[in-house]
Amino acid sequence: METGVTVLIGLFFMVAVYLMLSKQLVRILLGIAILGNAVNMLIFTNGRLTREIPPLIPAHLYTPETATANPLPQALVLTAIVISFSFFAFLLVLAFRAYQELGTDEVNKMRVAEPENDQTPPQGY
Amino acid sequence: MRTVIFRTIAPYLAALMVLFSIFVLLRGHNEPGGGFIGGLIAASALAIFGIACGVASVRRAIVFHPMGISGFGLFIGALAGVVSIFRGQAFMTSQWLIFDFFDVEVALSTPLVFDIGVYLVVVGAIGSIALALEERESD
Amino acid sequence: MAGSSVSVDYADAMITTPIAAGDWLIVAPSLITMLGGALCLMLRKHTDLQPKLGITLLGALVLASFALLVRVLDHGVITMVMGNWLPPFGIAVTADALGATLTFIGSVVAFCAGLFGMKTVSNSGRRYGFYPFLLLLMTGVCGSFLTADIFNLYVWFEVLLISSYGLLILGNDRIQLDGAVKYGVLNLVGTNLFLIATGLLYGIFGTLNMADIAIKVAELENPASGTLATVAALYFLAFAMKAAAFPVNFWLPASYHTPNIVVSAVFAGLLTKVGVYALIRIFVLILPASLDYMADIFGLVAIVTLMTGALGALAQTEIRRLLGYLVIAGIGSMLAGVAVASNDKVATLAISGAIFYAVHSIIVMTALYMSAGIMNMMGGSYNLRKLGGLYQKSIAFAGVFLILAFAVSGLPPFSGFWPKIMLVDAAFKDERFWLGAAILVSGFLTTLAMGRIWIFAFWRGGPEGTPDGQSVEVSGSSQADLASGAIWLPLGILTALVVYFGIQPEWMIELSTQGASSVVDPLGYIRSVFGEQG
Repeated sequence: METGVTVLIGLFFMVAVYLMLSKQLVRILLGIAILGNAVNMLIFTNGRLTREIPPLIPAHLYTPETATANPLPQALVLTAIVISFSFFAFLLVLAFRAYQELGTDEVNKMRVAEPENDQTPPQGY
Repeated sequence: MRTVIFRTIAPYLAALMVLFSIFVLLRGHNEPGGGFIGGLIAASALAIFGIACGVASVRRAIVFHPMGISGFGLFIGALAGVVSIFRGQAFMTSQWLIFDFFDVEVALSTPLVFDIGVYLVVVGAIGSIALALEERESD
Repeated sequence: MAGSSVSVDYADAMITTPIAAGDWLIVAPSLITMLGGALCLMLRKHTDLQPKLGITLLGALVLASFALLVRVLDHGVITMVMGNWLPPFGIAVTADALGATLTFIGSVVAFCAGLFGMKTVSNSGRRYGFYPFLLLLMTGVCGSFLTADIFNLYVWFEVLLISSYGLLILGNDRIQLDGAVKYGVLNLVGTNLFLIATGLLYGIFGTLNMADIAIKVAELENPASGTLATVAALYFLAFAMKAAAFPVNFWLPASYHTPNIVVSAVFAGLLTKVGVYALIRIFVLILPASLDYMADIFGLVAIVTLMTGALGALAQTEIRRLLGYLVIAGIGSMLAGVAVASNDKVATLAISGAIFYAVHSIIVMTALYMSAGIMNMMGGSYNLRKLGGLYQKSIAFAGVFLILAFAVSGLPPFSGFWPKIMLVDAAFKDERFWLGAAILVSGFLTTLAMGRIWIFAFWRGGPEGTPDGQSVEVSGSSQADLASGAIWLPLGILTALVVYFGIQPEWMIELSTQGASSVVDPLGYIRSVFGEQG
């Protein structure tokens, strides 16, 4: 089962890198969203996959009766999902604002901060 | 989007969602649920209300600015961890106050306060992003 | 759980002895700034109250981090485990000399920035949340310096990243949006790489506690195995991206000159150093075996970064962009220290040089960006072609700038001199002559770049085109602010520190040597986390 998921993670990384190499900001952002999901699945798989046994302790006990799914990667992934989700939301708003202000979503044409014909520093008085 | 049906239903739907989000928040300690998911439900209630009745009426309805709400959540969330200083325990050690209230056992705890803090942070942060996006749409 | 009558022995899972009240100092820096940031966020509309509250809280942060530093020096490494769980189950927060020193210096710089921001941040900037974001940024910075859990480090990185986004687009200008897009996307990719590496590391060792991982790595039979090498390479890439090392440095000159000048100052001082700190912590403390076979790559990257920074600085007309390249050059020096640390004989010397350099760079880069802001207030521009004659306007400021220029170039008797000596000394002892030479050449080129600023902005009579021997008055952008103590006091504090560390370096050398030995020889760190038997 881990092998199958690993291949899937590889596919996700592939798609993410392909999208991030594009010139359009929207595609880059989609790439980042997919990258975040790829990373989450990677952490999840690294905690080893156990099916159908949630890490819940019955009410009358203090330790689980059988080996359960590893709860730590779930907690880590939850944290990472929250973070990547909020960052994605923020970047989406930022990209939209930048598109409105700069009039383009092509990264090569976003040259306000680094103008193309920048002056050279003075060589003498 | 703003059909009569949706506009009529949305306030009730939003109210129900907020109520449900508080239910999810409170059952979170020992069962699935909790502050984050509850906060998301409440934030989507705000978003739905905003789509139906306009962002201005949402802002009026929640009284405080969403960022102020998340600031308050962060504040009480962090404060919940400090309580343990009075018992010589480390930061974030959970403290419990258990008493009988009309023969029902009520367990108040710092994790609950922390969870309410998380709830408010999520409502504020996601709500403010959602409202900002909806405002742009109507420009 | 609570309310149950079954008796359980908690001693297997939890700390049962009381915690010393002084240990709360470990969480104090993050806690003060988090609570304070939340409070400021709630009071965003009260623009008069914001600076008072913000600066008071930053002052409290300075006091708390100084108390923490003193306690660390008295008691050695101290640890507090969140929620009283025994490590490695609870998240440990550990203060050693390295973390405590950087926290203290970082707090001082943030305090100065808070003061400086009183004048440079407008009312709309305050309403948008300059002080809350600054405080939350410090939460992330202090948290990163003090955590002993690698996933927690990731979380603190994200905390400081999201607050830095907020600070970056404070004015909502076109140029800021452009800079923020590049900064935002590339930094997010960097933290994702960090997360990938952390996931793989967890897959190998099943733990995230740094001390625990350090023990388990030391027990490994084959530390050069494929997975661990992947992890090490990913960490290197991720933190190099954070630290703006070549070839992943391009986000820095693209964004650092766009925000409000005080924001640039804080960023230049703190953000990249957090990346360097993480490199030191991960590679020297946790993965020393990986550092051994990656030392040449580190050295090469250090050399190229040193040269990129210095040559980039020489090619700039805009003072803020020039300073951005100098930040990169400084990162190269610190990386050189990490590269040399693979040699056990000089490891302590090299890392203490890198730590001292980090302290120096935090102070001097912040001070230089503040000076650039003052130059803009006096001369009305950040452009070297349009500036001139500032010497006539304020001789004292010209002197302060000259001190900072000497310090950043590594000339005696200022703070940049000693760490450079330590780094070059370590590099030569390790027989990495090219590395030592690169540090020296980069320092020489930096002297040229800084000398050029001084000659053009201060020494000549007026802006470009002014005939020799004549002087033309340049008009500033905000003359009124120049009379305010809020502008001069922070610059004065930072310059005083630069001079003090230059003339009396013993204290800082002692501190950074202690910091270096706590990562080079992790026994004290591990014992602090796991108790004496560890």
